Amino acid sequence: MGELLHTVLFYTFAAVLIGAAFGVILSRNPVHGVMFLVLAFFQSALLWIMAEAEFLGIILVLVYVGAVMVLFLFVVMMLDIDVESVRKGFARYAPLAVGVALLMAFELAQLIWLRSKGAAGGGSFAETAEGYSNTEALGSVLYTEYVYAFEIAAVILLLAIVAAITLTMRKRPGLKVQDIGKQVSVRSKDRLRVVKMESETKE
Amino acid sequence: MIGLEHYLLISAFLFVLSIAGIILNRRNLILMLMCIELMLLAVNFNFVAFSRYLGDEAGQVFVFFILTVAAAEAAIGLAILVVLFRNRRSINTHELNEMKG
Repeated sequence: MGELLHTVLFYTFAAVLIGAAFGVILSRNPVHGVMFLVLAFFQSALLWIMAEAEFLGIILVLVYVGAVMVLFLFVVMMLDIDVESVRKGFARYAPLAVGVALLMAFELAQLIWLRSKGAAGGGSFAETAEGYSNTEALGSVLYTEYVYAFEIAAVILLLAIVAAITLTMRKRPGLKVQDIGKQVSVRSKDRLRVVKMESETKE
Repeated sequence: MIGLEHYLLISAFLFVLSIAGIILNRRNLILMLMCIELMLLAVNFNFVAFSRYLGDEAGQVFVFFILTVAAAEAAIGLAILVVLFRNRRSINTHELNEMKG
């Protein structure tokens, strides 16, 4: 019973995932595309949790759906995308896209089929011990064996922050803003000019 | 029994679909970025499946780093896109031919 439920759930999630991927590449409106992408990430998170990779499943929802996809949505809505020009050339590229996709799908499926024929244990996942915690196991290697990589990842994120801000920041010409440093350093002799002149008489 | 091959097949389908998406939507930069995100997801699927198959957490640590780098890439890519749109009023790849490449 548990096995059957597992199988049914797996195929349901997989079907929704593939459908969402089709939605991403075929949607007319980029906003709908992002929404389909969110659906695809959510289904993958569910599939990862089914494969007992719980930590990554939750990270995918929190970081990807929660932050990166929202960023995408933000940018898609901010830019004024001409939907009609997106569609132009769609029919022209379609045969090439379908051809490449079918060829690659065939090759990959054959490769997986060939390699899994001789695999020991029928390709089933490794058994986990009683009381196994995925998060704990990941943490115990992440902070010991991979600690340098972890710190480099932190630096890469910092780099991304700095790069994104410096790229998008701009100085608008003609914008009237206060420059406090300039205001404070002003001296009266720079502003005020005392002109000495002869007094004039009424003629 | 759901196992390695099922996950690998899903990953293969996702990857192929995202390649088709890049070819189909090659006029629009933001749709191409979205297809690249989908491609990274397919790669992560492979890592998770093999990590569970071999019972080794290293693959999942790799997925963690790929997610980090993908987040950074998305942030910088979108920033470049915003700057591009500000300068050109368009993100159509066919109009971005200044370098005559």
